[in-house]
Amino acid sequence: MAVLVDKHTRVICQGFTGSQGTFHSEQAIAYGTRMVGGVTPGKGGMMHLDLPVFNSVHEARAVTGADASVIYVPPPFAADSILEAVDAGMELICCITEGIPVLDMIKVKRVLEGSGSVLIGPNCPGIITPDACKIGIMPGHIHKRGSVGVVSRSGTLTYEAVQQTSDVGLGQSTCVGIGGDPIKGTEYIDVLEWFLADDETESILMIGEIGGAAEENAAEFLASERKKGRWKPTAGFIAGRTAPPGRRMGHAGAIVSGGKGGAEDKIETMRSAGIVVADSPAGLGEAVLKAIAGREE
Amino acid sequence: MNIHEYQAKQLLREYGVPVSDGRVVLRAEEAKTAAGELDGPIWVVKAQIHAGGRGKGRFREAAAGTAGGVRFAGSVSEAAEKAQKMLGRTLVTKQTGAAGKQVNRIYIEEGSDIERELYLAVLVDRNTSRVGFVSSTEGGMDIEEVARSTPGKILSFTVDPATGLQPYHGRRVAFALGLEGKQVKQCVSLIRTLYKMFIERDMEMLEINPLIVTNGGDLKCLDAKMGFDSNALYRQKDVMALRDETEEDPKELAASRFDLNYIALNGEIGCMVNGAGLAMATMDIIKLHGAEPANFLDVGGGATKEKVTEAFKIITSDPNVKGILVNIFGGIMRCDIIADGVIAAVKEVGLNVPLVVRLEGTNVDKGKEIIAASGLNVIAADSLKDGAGKIVAAVKG
Repeated sequence: MAVLVDKHTRVICQGFTGSQGTFHSEQAIAYGTRMVGGVTPGKGGMMHLDLPVFNSVHEARAVTGADASVIYVPPPFAADSILEAVDAGMELICCITEGIPVLDMIKVKRVLEGSGSVLIGPNCPGIITPDACKIGIMPGHIHKRGSVGVVSRSGTLTYEAVQQTSDVGLGQSTCVGIGGDPIKGTEYIDVLEWFLADDETESILMIGEIGGAAEENAAEFLASERKKGRWKPTAGFIAGRTAPPGRRMGHAGAIVSGGKGGAEDKIETMRSAGIVVADSPAGLGEAVLKAIAGREE
Repeated sequence: MNIHEYQAKQLLREYGVPVSDGRVVLRAEEAKTAAGELDGPIWVVKAQIHAGGRGKGRFREAAAGTAGGVRFAGSVSEAAEKAQKMLGRTLVTKQTGAAGKQVNRIYIEEGSDIERELYLAVLVDRNTSRVGFVSSTEGGMDIEEVARSTPGKILSFTVDPATGLQPYHGRRVAFALGLEGKQVKQCVSLIRTLYKMFIERDMEMLEINPLIVTNGGDLKCLDAKMGFDSNALYRQKDVMALRDETEEDPKELAASRFDLNYIALNGEIGCMVNGAGLAMATMDIIKLHGAEPANFLDVGGGATKEKVTEAFKIITSDPNVKGILVNIFGGIMRCDIIADGVIAAVKEVGLNVPLVVRLEGTNVDKGKEIIAASGLNVIAADSLKDGAGKIVAAVKG
């Protein structure tokens, strides 16, 4: 069993009949994801991609028995869509949308506390368990079922990580893109906990970037788990060593401000937790092999 | 998005927050009239640029005088003269970089008598996913320095979005700052209003430094800095109207019009990448190979041929660029679209520097074919490492 999603996961799409929702649902179906329907308010009763369209998430869940929802809704309406999915009791919500106002996410985050839902994203590529379930925008064909759990704040840099772990022959158990926003549903720590508990995940690759302290928190979490005897070989990388302070590097959350969130601090904390941190983004696959071999850079 | 001090104070005034009376001056000849509308006996003349450290900054031009970007005057004519000296000149502060920033606006304000200087800020706290307050008895100082040297002098807390701000939050700040009598009430009201503004206007940062207690014992905001969430500007038309495009790098401004994420840097290798994380990683690997990136550029997930062409034009408009690395890992972004865009751009603007293209992912073969069939002098690369190595070798020889 991999993490969060497998071939039994029943997925609906919010923003189903829009161009993004349509394109990526087609791709997901072609990959083998068990898509069971979608939601577009006002278009309930229609069929789209041979699947039923519903007016609300509540209705879609009740009729299809879906346990996961993927959201391709424009930023002004995305927080509302997430809140609707939480209210409908969706176990897994994956929000791809980039550009949601941060104050909207503060409300969403508060509602998620104590709810039964897990939110991945927003502003993320999604989640994939190779050959089983693809939820999101990542190109399916680069993935290979295997043993590395990949977690990342970035999209395309994750693809790089996936390709490199495929190239060195390891493959991936599950890849989770947690997203580039400062406030997000799932943090590294959550995903690392799932990877540690997952039988199929034998090693971990954690891709971080400048801004915030989530990588430091994650490294401290791994170090404290290690003291309890829980450990899997872990490699990592931090993007943005060359980024100038005070500038937002594309992602809303990628900013070094007030001397905090810089790459060097993150790398140092990760290394002291026993994570093999690659200096080059071309060395991700190798770094995982090194971590597995028990050597440190 | 940031705004000027005078705009921030105007916004504070609209919400009933105490600030000094002041006038903004855009042309030298307006300075005297502006200063004349204010009561003395002290006038404060402040350069308006989007950077901190103005008071301790220095002008590049000798004609601007040796004083910093915040000057005091004892008469209307002196205030006007000081404003005229700074207007159009280049102010260098620790936040502007060595090039400095041209001063296009001056704010003339009535002077205040200061009993105490305090610090207050509202921000989005990433660790707790809430709006947070930071306050300190050490006003007028760099808060990061205070945090390092005397962290005990800082009070910070966050607000539960389910309840919103409560009066006790204001009282906590008031007593931590050592306020007394009528100041406590003023502080509770100030904290409530700042929180309200922050939420209503989609701010990501609001800093009052210093917040002062006047000789009369009243609270007043002496300086104000505001940053707004650019993701929320679609619902903040009034805030968007405050944008000062002259404060932005012309290349970054051009990029933003095409919805491209571009940041100008000082190196010699221009980069065009899809995705922010990979774009940063591409900059990093250029540096590892011994060169410096000229820019950060994320063309995004849904780039069209036109967008790619514009991106290419912006990169080549930088005279420091000695070579270009295109690094695309196609997911949603198809490699053939990038290839078409690059070819179209090269045909339109010409190519005087080496160009290395690394394509991977969706439609990679089609993309490579388009590049190969173009007959243009493009160096193909097979991986991130290969691409970085080839462009640095081509530039450094």
